[in-house]
Formats: sequence, C-alpha cells, structure tokens
Amino acid sequence: MDILLAIAIMALGAVVLGAALGFASIKFKVEGDPLVEKIEAILPQTQCGQCGYPGCKPYAEAIAKGECDINLCPPGGMEGVQRLADLLGREVKALEAEEKPKQVAIIDENTCIGCTLCIQACPVDAIVGAAKQMHTIIAQQCTGCELCLPPCPVECIHMEVIPETLDNWKWKFPVIEIKSAPAKEAA
Amino acid sequence: MSHYIFILVGAVLVNNVVLVKILGLCPFMGVSKKLETAYGMGAATTFVLTLATGSSYIIDHFLLIPFGLEYLRTLSFIVTIAAIVQMTEMVIAKTSPTLQQTLGIYLPLITTNCAVLGVPLINIAYGYNFVESLLFGAGSAIGFSGVLILFAAVRERIEGADVPRHFRGSAIAMITAGLMALAFMGFAGLDKYQ
Amino acid sequence: MLNKLFKFYGGVKPPSNKTLSNALPIVQAPLPSRLVVPLHQSIGGMPRPVVQAGERVLKGQLIGQADGWLSAAVHAPTSGTVLEVAMHVRPHVSGLDSLCVVIEPDGQDEWIAHGPPDIATMSPADICNYLQQHGVVGLGGAGFPTHGKLTATPAVPMAELIINAAECEPYITCDDLLMRERADDIVRGIAVFRDMLKPQSVIIGVEDNKPEAIAAMRAAVDAQNEAFSVVAVPTLYPAGGAKQLIRVLTGKEVPGSMRSTADMGVQVFNVGTAYAAWRAIGHGEPLISRIVTLTGNVRQAHNVEALIGTPMNELLQLAQPHPDTDGIIMGGPMMGFLVPNESAPIVKTSNCLIAHSERLFPPKAPEMPCIRCGACARACPHELQPFELYWHARAKDFGKTQQYNIFDCIECGCCSFVCPSRIPLVQYFRFAKSEIWAREREKKAADEAKTRFEFKQFREEREKTEKAEKLAKAAAAQAAKKAAEAAAAAAAAGDAGDAPVADKAPDVAVDPAQAAKKAAIEAAMARAKAQREAAQVKNTDDLTPEQAKAMADIEARRQQAGIAEPATTTETKPE
Repeated sequence: MDILLAIAIMALGAVVLGAALGFASIKFKVEGDPLVEKIEAILPQTQCGQCGYPGCKPYAEAIAKGECDINLCPPGGMEGVQRLADLLGREVKALEAEEKPKQVAIIDENTCIGCTLCIQACPVDAIVGAAKQMHTIIAQQCTGCELCLPPCPVECIHMEVIPETLDNWKWKFPVIEIKSAPAKEAA
Repeated sequence: MSHYIFILVGAVLVNNVVLVKILGLCPFMGVSKKLETAYGMGAATTFVLTLATGSSYIIDHFLLIPFGLEYLRTLSFIVTIAAIVQMTEMVIAKTSPTLQQTLGIYLPLITTNCAVLGVPLINIAYGYNFVESLLFGAGSAIGFSGVLILFAAVRERIEGADVPRHFRGSAIAMITAGLMALAFMGFAGLDKYQ
Repeated sequence: MLNKLFKFYGGVKPPSNKTLSNALPIVQAPLPSRLVVPLHQSIGGMPRPVVQAGERVLKGQLIGQADGWLSAAVHAPTSGTVLEVAMHVRPHVSGLDSLCVVIEPDGQDEWIAHGPPDIATMSPADICNYLQQHGVVGLGGAGFPTHGKLTATPAVPMAELIINAAECEPYITCDDLLMRERADDIVRGIAVFRDMLKPQSVIIGVEDNKPEAIAAMRAAVDAQNEAFSVVAVPTLYPAGGAKQLIRVLTGKEVPGSMRSTADMGVQVFNVGTAYAAWRAIGHGEPLISRIVTLTGNVRQAHNVEALIGTPMNELLQLAQPHPDTDGIIMGGPMMGFLVPNESAPIVKTSNCLIAHSERLFPPKAPEMPCIRCGACARACPHELQPFELYWHARAKDFGKTQQYNIFDCIECGCCSFVCPSRIPLVQYFRFAKSEIWAREREKKAADEAKTRFEFKQFREEREKTEKAEKLAKAAAAQAAKKAAEAAAAAAAAGDAGDAPVADKAPDVAVDPAQAAKKAAIEAAMARAKAQREAAQVKNTDDLTPEQAKAMADIEARRQQAGIAEPATTTETKPE
C-alpha cells in the first residue's frame, strides 16, 4: 500500500511538472539562430572555400551546428581561431592549413584572352571585364581567395604578396618573443 | 531577528557554499573565464537555488513527511530541480540567447550542481522552518554568485598576466581558488553567537 | 594685465638642455648637394606631382598640387633641375619610401616671380585657398594644413586664439630663436589668423624659460599696437601640447572625443605657422624652409634656416657632430625617433635634429615587470591609466585598451620617463593603436567583400530565373510553332512516314555542330598558347648583329622621345 502511495505521489509530481514544462516550452519558443551571425562576423569573408564549405556563411552555420571544428579557416589566422574559441567556449587548436601572408591576384594583360571564366569564378566580383575585352582585377576588392587561378585556360593570373607601405605599416610588438625553433623535418 | 541575520551572514560568508563547504565547483571553474558569463550564471543559479529551496521544503513537509516517504527525498528533490532548471533554460533562451550560448552546457548542468541539491538537504539536516530555509537558500545563492563574480574578475586579470607556461589555464585557476578559500577561512566564527 | 593660469594634471620636468643651442643666432644653411622633397608632407591627401625629370624649376615653383580640401601644395625650395620623381626614403620610423621630387640645385637660388597678394580684396575663402596653394601647414609637429583650421564652427563663437610658443620639449629651441629674431613677422601672421577667426582674445603662450623671447614678442606686439597678450606659462613638459596649453591658458578641458577644438571656441596654432603664414600673405613666399635646431653630440649646437628636402646627414654636418655620433634623432628626446636612414630629408614638420651618441643617450635598461607603483598615472597629462593600458596592450586585449581610452593618449612619453621598471610604455600604446587601426581596415574590407558576395549571389539567382523564364518562353513559342507546322504538314501531305526521319535529323545535326565547336576551341587554345609564348621574353643572349642593331635603334628613338630612362644595363648591347 505504501509503495503504491509513493508511486502515485511521484507520478502526480511528474505529471504536474511535465504539464508545466510543456506549457512553458510553447510559451517560450525561440525562432532562428542569432549565433550564426556572430560567428560569421568573426570570419574574414574571403569566400575562398578553403574550409571545405562553399563560403563563409555555410561554414558559420556548420560551426553553429557543431558539425565541424573552428580551426579550418586559414585567412582568419590563429587570431580568428582564438576569437571563435572565446565566443563558443571551445578549445583553441592549431590551424589545419598553413597561414599565408595576405595576397592579391594579378592578371598578366599580355596573355589574357578575354574568356570571362575568371569573372564567373570570383566570389566578390572583383574582376572587371567582358567577353573578348581585357580583364583586370580591382586590387582593393580582391580578398586573395585564389578561386580565379584554376579556371583561367591560359594561366595568366598569379598571386602577389601585398607590400608594406606607409598606409598599412604597423608598429611592432615591443617584446621580442623567444620561440622554440620549429622541429626539423626528416630530410 | 538577529537569528535570521546570523543565518544569512552564515550562509553568505562563514559557510560559503563554494569556498568553505566545497560544493558547486563545476560551474565555479567552468563559467568564470569572463565576468559577463559569471553575472549570468550567478543570476541563474540564484533563481534556481531559491526556488528549489522553497519547493523542496514544501514537498518535504506537505508531501513526503505526512505520507512517510522520507526515503524519496533525493529523488523528488532532483526531479523538482530538473524541472526548475528546464524552465530557467527556456526563459533564458527566450530573453538572452547570447547568455545561453556563452553558458553553454553549464546551464543544464545546474541540475547536477551539488550545491543546488545540497542546500535543501542541509536545511532538512539543520531542521530549519520555512523562513529559515528560504533565508539559508537565498544566502547560499548570494554567496555562490558573489564568489563566482570575484573569481571571474581575478581570472580576467590573470588572463593578461605573465603566468608561467605550465601553470596557464586550469592550474592557476585552482591555485587562485585555493587562496580564496584560505581567505574565506578568515570569516570563521563570525556567526558564533547565534 | 594679469591672466589667471590653470594647472593640468601630471607632467614631468626633464632636464631642458636648451642652453646648448639657444646662444647662437639663426644661420642660413647653405645649399645642399641635392634636395629630396617628399610630396606627402601634411595630413590629408597626397599632392600630385606637376613636374617631370629634366625640367628646370625656380625657387618657390609649384611641384606638387594639392589633392582635395585637406591637402597642401609643395614647392621647390631652390632653383635647379628636377633629377627624378621617384620613391625615396622618408623621415619616418619605418624607413619606408614615399614619392619624392629630387632637385639638383644650380646654385643661383633664383626665385619665381612672386609678390604679396591684395588682402583687402580677398574673402576668407580666398585667403584659405591662398594658404593652401602656398603649402602652409602646422609646423608644430602634426603638419595639419593650416587653412583647414581657419574657419570657426558656425554655432560656436571663437573665444580664444592661442599661439603655441611653449616649446616644452628638451633640446629644441627653434621657436625660441624665431621669436627672438623675427617677432614682427610673427605678430603680423597672428594678425592674419585673428582677422580670419575673429576671436574675443588672442593669447600667446610662452614657457617661462624663454625670457628673451617673451620680451621680444611683447615689444613687437606693442610696436604694432595689437591687443595680444603674451603670457609666460610655467615650464612643465608637456605644456606645449595643444590640449594642455588650452587648459593652462583658458581653463577649458577639451574632451578626447572632440575632433576640433574649434567646437569649444578655441583654436591653437604654432608660432612657426604664424610666421610661415605671414611669409605667404605678406610676401607671397610659399613654405620652402624652416628653422631647425641642430643639437646633441655636436661641437656647435645652433639653429639653422634649412630648406625643405635637405638630407639630414648633410644638415647635421653644419653643427660639426663629434666622431662618436652614431645616429640622428628627428624631433626631441621625448617624442622623437631615431631615423633609420640618415639620408632622409627634412620635411615641413622636422623641428630638430639631435646627434645621438652612447654618451649622451645611454642605452636603456632592460624592461622589468610592472610593480603597479602608479607613477605613470600620476604623470599622465591626460589623466589616463598607463599601467592598465600596458597590461591590456601586452595581453593584446585591444577592446579593453579602448575602454581605457587609449586613443586619448598623445604619446608624450611622460609615463615612460617616470617608470621605475624602465618599461617602454609608449611603444606598447603605439603598437596597440596601429593594431586597432589595422583591424578596423580589415573589418571594413571584410564587410565590403561580404556585401559584394551577397550581391553576386543575388545577381546569379536573378540571372537564373531570367534565363529560365526566357527558355520557358522560347520553348512555348517553339512548341506553338511545331504544333502549327505539324498541323500544316498534316493538312498538306498527310504522310506520317516523314516524321521519324525529321526526328532523327536533329540528332545527327548536333554531333557535327559539337565537333565543330570542339575543333574551334582547340584551335583557340593553340592560338592563345602561341600568343603567350610570343609575349614572354625569349632569347636575349645570343643576338644576331641585325637584331642587336635594331634593338639599339629602337632604344635610341625611345630615349629621344623621353619615354625611357637612360640605359644603365648593357644587356641589350652586343659584346
């Protein structure tokens, strides 16, 4: 008898609480996912696809879902990984791919044949030109994603590192960090 | 009156639930990296703890003791706490999704926070009545939040400091927590004359 | 007249070392071997060069035209020939190049035709334009184009015009000597500013370690019957900072967020700028020279009137530096920097060259940990907390540095000066500021890239839907046409045997079309490859004599036309 009473009381408690929770879950329903915007704001918007996703927004969505790691974006650098780690509370890992210095693409105008294949490939419309007209890349708009290099049939596009000028020169960190030398690779 | 003040002071400082009773260390270590998350976690835990203390007392006195079901205490307390935490989670998800994301897994883990289960059980052990239980519960929650915020502030300063490489991260945090616990031992005896 | 003086928080009293160089009068520097005049010498847009290599220019001739409102023109400091318009090292701590006009003086120092303009007929806008065209910029160190500061804010009445003659930094005495020798011209220049801004009062602030200068200015002001007050301010570094001087003379505290002090009814000009303005308005002379203090580890420290563009090492020779001099500091010891390349030229904002030696400037002790003594916060004239800024800049937490108002820091060096742990605080703040600016630039670029990407996706969607619509329409039209044809054929022949043949024909027709297309593509690629081969430079070593002669002829023609540099390589010439 006692045990039945105990079970009955527990069941009653469970029903009451369950009903309350069910009601609350309907009343406090949340739409959308603002986290994706936050992640996207940290990504460098190069739209290069090096992370394996077709653009920065798909990568942000994948991170928000927890499908992939935060260290897949080379243009964002270690700093991007750090900021993502801070935002999401995940561990900071080294980058999968190597971090390259900032580059822009340049078309060799002697060789360009005006085929417009690179214009279609550029994700940010940084290439100006038309069929059978000279193509040129607007350096300020180029994000260095390198998506225009493969489609060119005459291989007239190459990457150039952005030089340091008075406009983008930065003061150096006053402390010289002592880092251990990189491990020697097997010859 | 002084009896109630002593209970409150005792709960906040002398028998601080984190640093003296060493309960509820999981969110204490996990959420204290940034001050904003510490505020959020402190508020959430205060809400849950106070509600849990009140409802545990009611369940214990009107449901369990009359029917002689004291052996179901742990079970029923946990069920109530879980429900309260779920409710809190939903409210936070609606009002502040950022906080929900930053708290991450630690928000539902308030369910398993030993402080949240421990305080109602301590109330029963001390034989407090309803008002005393609530005071003790609220005091413990304030103590928990206060210490959490203090610890988060200290950790934020340590972030920018020159910590030796092998001490970085959890190690220096543990050492700091230990030093804070030592400091809180200074409050011992403050509620002696209750 | 008694002026109430206020105090600003903080400040330090370094040894002034001014008696080294303030004993001798200003000497006119002789013409250097060549002048390298950078085009970008002021804040704002870079002037466009209007001369070419080989052109002869006269003294004061325009060589760089101002680009936009916030820019100032650049002029040739002496007569001579333009050697080149090319990238040369700039007097900047990075040692990077910028576009310069290199002039070889011809020794004649021939002025271009010039004369004072008719001020009576000029409107304030005309005077601003005139000053811009004559290259008058702030000579106090920042190089802000003066014409940009000569309009009062419409809603705020101009209360005080302050002339900054404080010269608080140690070693520098150029303003001191300028005031002693050329006070009349300075006062006339101040009168020009006064007429433009129409302030309620004009105050000339001079530090009290310059009694002769104060006396000279007072005499000049009295002689011209002007109502300017020459006020001696207590000697304290950095009393010569614009916001600090405003505080001392008027009691007003300019908030960090305010862009222009004119919004508070105050405007500050350097005393050298007033002099330059009068040379332009009163004599029609553009800004082509300035007083520079040569001091430090030298035998004869004094001030010279140097032409803009004089290489620094040549200029410093006039003061006879000691043999153990191992570098040149441009500016003063608090805010100046060691010039990476000593052949960098003097620019409009170079007020002092200090010969550096280990004896005078012993190497700094290594940095030790911060002991949080608070001496830096006590010394900061802007009431900032340098130890907090240091902590967060070192941890690279730039958000926190901005919370502590890092952009209010004027990099005066008071905090580094007093730090007992010898921490180079200003270097950390400069690092933090440039990182924050770099991040803002990157963010801007990223936002732009995102907008363009989203627009591109929208455009592709739109094109797709338009294409689909077109195809649908065409298909519908085709279907309608086919139906009409079928109806006509059925009506005319009524022979169903032709239908299968009609169906097969399109398939066979497609294949030859595709094959033709493929062939055309391959031919085009072959042509392109050939074109690329042709464009690349091939055989330049084994040239036949005919080829070599043809190339030499072409080179000669190009040089005559002036579109090639003089040949410096001998690769194109036959052995």
